Amino acid sequence: MQFDSINEFLAMGGYGFYVWLSYGVSIVALALLVFSSLSEHKKIKQKISQRQKREIKLRQAAELQKAQTSADISHNI
Amino acid sequence: MMWKWLHPYANPEISYHFSGKILPWCARLAFIFLSIGITWALLFAPADYQQGDTFRIFYLHVPAAMLSMGIYLGMAIAALSSLVWQLKLADASVAAMAPIGATFTFIALVTGAAWGKPMWGTWWIWDARLTSELILLFLYLGVIALHNAFEDKALAGKAAGILALVGVINLPIIKYSVEWWNTLHQGATVSKLGKPSMSADMFWPFLICFIGFAFLVTALICLRFRTEVLNRNSMRPWVRELVADEEKAHAV
Repeated sequence: MQFDSINEFLAMGGYGFYVWLSYGVSIVALALLVFSSLSEHKKIKQKISQRQKREIKLRQAAELQKAQTSADISHNI
Repeated sequence: MMWKWLHPYANPEISYHFSGKILPWCARLAFIFLSIGITWALLFAPADYQQGDTFRIFYLHVPAAMLSMGIYLGMAIAALSSLVWQLKLADASVAAMAPIGATFTFIALVTGAAWGKPMWGTWWIWDARLTSELILLFLYLGVIALHNAFEDKALAGKAAGILALVGVINLPIIKYSVEWWNTLHQGATVSKLGKPSMSADMFWPFLICFIGFAFLVTALICLRFRTEVLNRNSMRPWVRELVADEEKAHAV
């Protein structure tokens, strides 16, 4: 261990500001990168599944309409 | 021979699952190496006899700078194979690597500035090493912007790939800038072959940090690559099945 106390560790031999600035900015930048990568991955999956659900609904609606029109036609005849 | 071996990896479904398999291992190894490396760098590595405790910035600055160039090289190789062999997956990996490279370049620049202020008396000077590293950041941002500029992914990949390839000229300039021009920036410490100019108690924490960051980069490339593959193949049956299955698994 290079430091005798927590204060000495934080002071970094008088260079505390520069050392902690470096470590702080690096950790924040990497955390942002990790979380944005994770959330983009989740978002793309949600987008694909939403589109699939919409397609299924549209298909069901089209089938329903088709069934109704054919029923109407047979009724009219 | 090589084509036979490479062929399955040109299949988006296989590479999606392959990158998904190595991702958690890289993430775990990155966590282990970085916790050991950063603790060692901050608490146990000795202060430099000239630079004092600012030397602890070295353990972030040098790995970030080396990886910023390494990622660029990987991205340029992917861009070349995309332009020459029309590999769609290579485009996806270029798009995956650019934001990661940009982040590491940013870290290299910021930690460099925070180290330069107490040691050289200035946050920034327009010398060859610093300027060429700043250009590297702009190249990454250009590649990202071009990927987002076109609806047509093939066209976007081509434009971004050409920029990435042209920008390769910047890599030897960054690497040799400290030898070719007079600069405040110190010369190579780690990559000097034959006679390393570092003592072992500084070299080992550096190496562990570097390996940790390299695993983190690999894990992030896998993750972003998977996102790109899904985005580019969203109409394929295998993607639809995969998403539907995961939806079901979440519902249960």
